[in-house]
Amino acid sequence: MKIKHEKSKARRSKTSDGSGHRRLVERRKRAVKSGSDKWILRLYVAGQTNKAVTALNNLKLICEEQLKDRYHIEVIDLLKNPKLARDNQILAVPTLVRKLPLPVRNIIGDLSDKERVLVGLDLIERSALLGKQ
Amino acid sequence: MKKEEVQSRRKVLPKSPTDIQGLDEITGGGLPKGRPTLVCGGPGCGKTLFAMEFLVRGATEFNEPGVFISFEETEEELTANVASLGFDLDSLRKRKKIWLEHIHVERSEVEQSGEYDLEGLFIRIHEAIESIGAKRIVLDTLESLFSGLPNPLILRSELRRLLHWLKKKGVTTVVTAERGDGTLTRQGLEEYVSDCVILLDHRVTDESSIRRLRIVKYRGSTHGTNEYPFLIDEDGFSVLPVTSLGLNYSSSRERISSGIPRLDTMLSGKGYFRGSTVLVSGTAGTGKTSMAAQFVEAACKRGERVLFFTFEESPSQLIRNMRSIGISLEPWEKRGLLQFQATRPTHYGLETHLTTSIKMINKLKPSVVILDPINAFVLGDNQTEVKTMLLRLVDFLKMKGITAFFTSLTSAGDTMENTDVYISSLIDTWLLLRDIEIGGERDRGLYVLKSRGMEHSNQIREFRLTNRGIDLLDVYVGAEGVLTGSARLSQETKDDAEQLLHKQNIERKQFELERKREAMEAQIVMLRSEFEAEESEALKVIEIEKTRNERFAQDKSKMAKSRKADANTKTTGTK
Repeated sequence: MKIKHEKSKARRSKTSDGSGHRRLVERRKRAVKSGSDKWILRLYVAGQTNKAVTALNNLKLICEEQLKDRYHIEVIDLLKNPKLARDNQILAVPTLVRKLPLPVRNIIGDLSDKERVLVGLDLIERSALLGKQ
Repeated sequence: MKKEEVQSRRKVLPKSPTDIQGLDEITGGGLPKGRPTLVCGGPGCGKTLFAMEFLVRGATEFNEPGVFISFEETEEELTANVASLGFDLDSLRKRKKIWLEHIHVERSEVEQSGEYDLEGLFIRIHEAIESIGAKRIVLDTLESLFSGLPNPLILRSELRRLLHWLKKKGVTTVVTAERGDGTLTRQGLEEYVSDCVILLDHRVTDESSIRRLRIVKYRGSTHGTNEYPFLIDEDGFSVLPVTSLGLNYSSSRERISSGIPRLDTMLSGKGYFRGSTVLVSGTAGTGKTSMAAQFVEAACKRGERVLFFTFEESPSQLIRNMRSIGISLEPWEKRGLLQFQATRPTHYGLETHLTTSIKMINKLKPSVVILDPINAFVLGDNQTEVKTMLLRLVDFLKMKGITAFFTSLTSAGDTMENTDVYISSLIDTWLLLRDIEIGGERDRGLYVLKSRGMEHSNQIREFRLTNRGIDLLDVYVGAEGVLTGSARLSQETKDDAEQLLHKQNIERKQFELERKREAMEAQIVMLRSEFEAEESEALKVIEIEKTRNERFAQDKSKMAKSRKADANTKTTGTK
C-alpha cells in the first residue's frame, strides 16, 4: 500500500519542478536510514567482459556504502538469456535497473562515475552534478 | 532477356531483388546483397514504407524472411499502418516470414555512468535473425538511438560495429535515416553505410506533390543516376524510371486506318503504323477531338479496344458533340470496346496521373489509347515534368505495342510547329490542323508535318467537318496562292470563266487568220492571172518583132542582090 502511494508521488515529482524531486530524495534518504525499503537492483551484462566486471564491482562498492544490508543485486547475462533483452527493452550493456523501490530507474555504463550512479538511483539530487556538467 | 541482363550483372555484385516496381530496373537488379543500404529523406517521404515493402516482398516473392527493427513505431502501429497497402503483417509474422521488433528508447529514462556498448541491441537483433532465419533486416530509424542514448561518440562507434557485424552475417540491411540540414542524414550515417545510398524526396510544386527517388551511390554497380518519380498508393511503392525502359521495343509494320480515307491516302495509302504515336496539333476549334473520334470509331469497327482519356470534356458531352458530325461512339461504349476516363488534369499530380493511366491500360489492355489534350497537364512552368511524364507514357505504350493518339492545343500566336509540351521528338506521325482565314471565313487545313517510316504527302488538304464525318478536299493551288472554302469555289468559277474567254479568243484569232489567208490566196490568183495575161501579150509582141526583123533582113539581102553589091561579107553579119 505504502509503495503504491510512493509510486504515485514519484510520478508527480517526475513531471513537476525540482522541489518535488528534492522531497523525493529526502524521503528516500530517510527510508534508507530507517531500513524500511528493500532495494532490488538488476545488472544486465553480455558475457564476462571487462565492462561487466567493472560495473559489478562499482555497483557493489556503492551499495555497500549507501545501502548496506538493504539491497539485492541480480546479475543477468543476456548471452545466456537473450530473450530477456527483448522483454526488458535492454539495448546498452551494462545496464543497471532499479526494480525496487519504484519507479524503475535505468543507468547504463560501467558505473565508473559514482555521482551519476547516485543521481540515477535518486540517492543524491541532480543539482549536485551541475558543477560537473 | 531481362533475366539474362540481371544475371550477367549478378556476376559483378550479388543483388537482392526488391520487387518494388521499377526499382530493380534502375539499380540493375536490387539492393546490394548482404550489405547495408541507407535510405534517407525528410519526414513523410516514405522511408518506412520503402523498407517495409522491401521486407514483405522479400518474404513473399523470394522466400527471404526479414526482420523489422523499429525504433519509432510499435509492432501494432506498424501492422496497422501497412495494412492499408495490402500487407498482412500478422499472417506473415505467424508464418515466421517477418519478425517485428519495437525498440523503445527514451532519453529521460536513462542515466549514463561510464562506458557502455550496445551488446544488448546486438543480442536482440541476433535473436530476431536467428528465430526466423532472416536474410533481410531493416533498422528504422537507426538515428533515433542518438536521441535516446547519451554519448554520441560511443554510439557512433557502436553503430559502425553493428553495420560491420550485419555485413559479416551476410544479411541485406536497409537503414533508414532522417535527412539532415545540408547533409544526407542528421548523424552522418552515410559515412558508415557506404555501399548504397538512396535518397527519397517529397516536394510540392504548383500545389501538387511529387515524390522522387535518387540513387546517390551504389558501390560496385552501375545504376540510374536521375531523379525518378515514385508513387505510394494502394499497391505500395512504385518507381517510374524513364531511361531503364530503353529503346528496344519491336516495331510493327502493320498499318491501321485513321478512319479518314483521304488521310490514309496521304500516309502512303495505308494509314498509321500500329503501335506508333500520333499527334494532332492545332489551334482551338480546328477539329482535333473530331479526328480522335474518327480514329476511335475506325478502331472499334475493327473490333479493337480503345481507352479514351479526356481531360476537358465529359464523356457524355463528347459523345453528344461527336454525334453532330455523324460519329456515333455510344454503341461502342455499350459494347465495352470503348472506355472513357475523364479526369481534370489538376485532380492529381502528374505522377499519379501517369500511374493511374498505366494501371488502367494494364487492366483494359486497349489497342488504341487517346489522350485529349496532352497540354492540359501544363500548368505554370512544369513543361519538363510533363515531357518526362509523356515520354514515359509513350515508352510504356510502345513497349505494349499500343497505338497512341494525342491531341495538342497550340495557342494562336505560336508558330504551328511549336507544341506547348515540346514532345515532337516522341511523335511518329504529326498532323497539323490550321486555320486558314480567307474572304471573311475560317477554313481548316490539314497537312502531315512528319510521319516516320512512310512516304507521306506534302500537300495541304482542306479539312471539312460534315454531318457524315471528316472529309478532306484538295485545296486550290494557283497563282493566287492556296485557297480554301468559298474562296476556293469562287476562284474556281473565276478560273472557268477566264478559260472560256481564252478559248473564244483563240478561236477568233484562228478564224481571222483563216480569212486573211483566203484573201491572200485570192490576191495571188488574181496577180498570177494578170501576170499571165501580160506575159502572153509580151510574147506576142516579141514574136511579131522577130518576124518583122527577119523579113527586114530578107528584104535587105534581096535588095543588095538586086543592086549587085560587093560587100557581101559585110551584110552576112546581120543574118
